[in-house]
Amino acid sequence: MINIQSLNKEFESRVRLGIMSVLMVRDRVEFKELKELLEITDGNLASHASALEKHDYIEVYKEFVGRKPRTTYRVTADGKKAFTAHLAQLEKLLRSS
Amino acid sequence: MAAEKYQYQEDLTAIRSMMERSSRFISLSGLSGVAAGAVALLGGCWALYLLHKEGRDYISHSAMAYSPAFLTRLLVIAVLILIIAITSAAYFTVRKSKRSGLKIWTAATRQLLVNLFVPLLIGGICCMALLYHGQIQLLAPATLIFYGLALINASKYTFQEIYYLGLLEASLGLISCFLIGYGLLFWIAGFGILHILYGVLMQRKYR
Repeated sequence: MINIQSLNKEFESRVRLGIMSVLMVRDRVEFKELKELLEITDGNLASHASALEKHDYIEVYKEFVGRKPRTTYRVTADGKKAFTAHLAQLEKLLRSS
Repeated sequence: MAAEKYQYQEDLTAIRSMMERSSRFISLSGLSGVAAGAVALLGGCWALYLLHKEGRDYISHSAMAYSPAFLTRLLVIAVLILIIAITSAAYFTVRKSKRSGLKIWTAATRQLLVNLFVPLLIGGICCMALLYHGQIQLLAPATLIFYGLALINASKYTFQEIYYLGLLEASLGLISCFLIGYGLLFWIAGFGILHILYGVLMQRKYR
């Protein structure tokens, strides 16, 4: 029997998985590039990113370049740990039964 | 349960592809290799022909003193080959990325270019120094070695196969160091034939 409870609920959505995957292999990623990589809308990315931020899995930097606001994202140490554990759990579930 | 298992498999596949797509430049076309190789092959043979016409048999390297005017002509050909090869290689890669709907100018692209061109630039300056001191017999080995090192360095940001191409180019350069006088032949083998072979392999694997 597979224990689905052991999976991290925060990573259930494909968008959140996508955000975390990109941030795991890249240092800092801009909002625009992340949006294009994941092929999602502004609102969609913003809401999932803020959910991940709330759990301290990612950090959000907002700054101004000239007059334009620029948002960049970065994974935290906690986020790295949680996502690695999530990946290990996925692999484990796949191997069992 | 089977449906869930499928879902996890899908998740893992999506994660892997997203990691690859965001950190590596995967639009490098095999045709770019073939085109650059063909240009180098033609250019190299042209240089061989010119040498032959000048009355110097390159293969048996009899009289190896070049007049400054002839040397300039060879250099112009070399620069021409470089420009045409880079342009045609860039053309096929841009075309491939457009066809597969991928963005061409990403952070991965920039990292690839910086990691490729920094060693190449250093090598280029070193080659100019060799030329300045009249050490033209070392030009072909030096270009092959520096190009190989540049590829090894850049391979972190694109296909793994580039690493092996780099090793082969650098090895040819090293062998050529010990067989002075056959530099142009090694140059044709490295920049012409190896590129074409690599391009054909990549085209068959990733199309």
